[in-house]
Amino acid sequence: MTATVPSTEFKFNTSSIRPGRIIAWTVLFIGGVIMITPLLFMFSTSLKSAGQVYDLRLIPAAPSFDNYVKVLSDGRFMRWFFNSTFVAVAVTLSNVFFDSLVGYTLAKFQFRGRYFIFLAILSTLMIPTEMLVIPWYLMSAQLGWIDSYWGIMFPGMMTAFGTFLMKQFFETVPDDFLEAARVDGLNEFTIWWKVAMPLVTPALSALAIFTFLGNWTAFFWPLIVTNSRDLYTLPVGLSSFAVEQSIQWEMIMTGAAIATIPTLLVFLVLQRYIVRGVMLAGLKG
Amino acid sequence: MADIRLEGLVKRYGKATVVHGIDLEIADGEFVVFVGPSGCGKSTTLRMIAGLEEISGGVLKIGDQVVNEYEPKQRNIAMVFQNYAIYPHMTVGQNIGFGLYTSDLPKAEKQKKIAEAGKILGLEDLLDRRPASLSGGQRQRVAIGRAMVRDPAAFLFDEPLSNLDAQLRSQMRIEIKRLHQRLGKTIVYVTHDQVEAMTMADRIVVMHEGRILQVGTPTELYEQPVDVFTARFIGSPSMNLLPARASDGAIIAGGAKIGGVPSRTGSGDLLVGVRPHDLLVGEASAQAAMALKGIVTVVEPLGSETLVHIEVDGAPAIATAPAKQVPAVGSTVDVWAAPGSLYLFDAPSGKSLGRL
Ligand SMILES: Nc1ncnc2c1ncn2[C@@H]1O[C@H](COP(=O)(O)OP(=O)(O)O)[C@@H](O)[C@H]1O
Ligand SMILES: [Mg+2]
Repeated sequence: MTATVPSTEFKFNTSSIRPGRIIAWTVLFIGGVIMITPLLFMFSTSLKSAGQVYDLRLIPAAPSFDNYVKVLSDGRFMRWFFNSTFVAVAVTLSNVFFDSLVGYTLAKFQFRGRYFIFLAILSTLMIPTEMLVIPWYLMSAQLGWIDSYWGIMFPGMMTAFGTFLMKQFFETVPDDFLEAARVDGLNEFTIWWKVAMPLVTPALSALAIFTFLGNWTAFFWPLIVTNSRDLYTLPVGLSSFAVEQSIQWEMIMTGAAIATIPTLLVFLVLQRYIVRGVMLAGLKG
Repeated sequence: MADIRLEGLVKRYGKATVVHGIDLEIADGEFVVFVGPSGCGKSTTLRMIAGLEEISGGVLKIGDQVVNEYEPKQRNIAMVFQNYAIYPHMTVGQNIGFGLYTSDLPKAEKQKKIAEAGKILGLEDLLDRRPASLSGGQRQRVAIGRAMVRDPAAFLFDEPLSNLDAQLRSQMRIEIKRLHQRLGKTIVYVTHDQVEAMTMADRIVVMHEGRILQVGTPTELYEQPVDVFTARFIGSPSMNLLPARASDGAIIAGGAKIGGVPSRTGSGDLLVGVRPHDLLVGEASAQAAMALKGIVTVVEPLGSETLVHIEVDGAPAIATAPAKQVPAVGSTVDVWAAPGSLYLFDAPSGKSLGRL
């Protein structure tokens, strides 16, 4: 087998600056500015007092952390923060486990109906969430899952996209790796867990990041399935600041600013595994 | 006891039969090499022995047990793969120790075995390194180490050296051979490289299109090939084959008469084989079995001798000249072969008719 390792290293030297590069950099720069502007306004607003919110200067006239103190000392916010963390972490772990278990099975075992199952899983990707919400709700109502953590989590515990992603990655794992372990007497589950999983850490990291972010920011389904304020996730809770009394922009922005911290952490911790292509190092030199 | 017996072993993929009933006995401690061109079913046969591939027909015995339905682990066999299959997320020591993953040995005992294997394979100083920083030869040694620590009844190798460069390959050949002498375990080794087969094997199994053509020691295969395929496959450069005809109790090849003709010359259409090292450039001696003239097309000086590519009556052949003698391209040279150096084959069937 000939395996070529795509170079992930980025080398910068002056001789490589070509017109195409300049255009690419310009486009990326503009894109970056467009993306980061709302974030800057979010932080800026979180440092303003209620009266200054509509003063749209980027640098607040009298910046203060009062809002942060207020939000963090508000028991409801901490509760929602916990709910979001719990839901996002649990769903992420579940996806990392089950998506890769199914993806591995589809990629590495020959059995009747395998192709059909794969197509069936893929076809669910074509159904938009909005269409699924009603059946989910009816199902939850019948099973008594409304207004519970499980109710918030169950639709995302396994995803077709994650299964598809993991299947594609497991297909790149050479069979020799698995067969060597098989000859050494490991059972199939241990081969998956001890041999195959470590070889796809880049994909697992990507899956974990996407799943965590998706669930951390999820709004629609948690809003529908929760009734009691104690079960709100952060996005649902923050939005409730907007419907009470008047819209407290500075509070929403402060909450949102705090809410970005876990996402940044998750990304920073996991992204280095994505960049590092570990797998091919064990094969021929 | 780890003698391995294949009795009418068959492998089918759907309707296609890729191994057509193989019979073979491999003695305990023997080094057997399966050799043949790519796609002839060597790996499939090896994988059936390992238990990685289901057996479609026939019986496989290890010791005196029928193991057709055994899991790989139950067969107590270790295998080394072409791509090494050592795990990049583990250190060299962990990789070697992985062979003991399912063993109940105490930890200290495992460490001892890992250290021992590391020592035998010259990896002592690398046990804490990751595979990524190893050379191809070192990686292959790690893979062998992982097989060794299990103390298996037999080792299976599937083209373990084909990813190495030529120099490393010849070095590893010797190392594996030495390892076999040291451990005394049965080895079944698959390769498409006849040099590996000749240099390492106690016995060679020549395979072609899912069948065994011939089994024998390297010398037997070299001296008594059963057919044209084996004759050309074993030995380098390949044996020359000249079209010939039998008539009136004599054989005419390349426009010349060959002496010492045996009684059974078959139907008429023949092939006369002669190895390049036996076809000598120069004046034929009085007892020469065959003397021909050829036109030089290419010369390859090798230092110790010169390979002279010639055309004899339209058929290509390779002859050998002494080192300092380099005939000019386009010139005509005399070549001859001594009695006993000719191989005779029936042209239609390719079967051997004996030596001359
Ligand atoms: N999984 C498979 N399905 C169908 N045919 C296969 C499969 N594996 C191998 N073959 C066929 O079996 C034949 C022998 O293969 P193999 O044993 O790998 O040859 P070798 O190792 O001698 O090069 C080849 O023609 C190959 O195409
Ligand atoms: Mg092969």
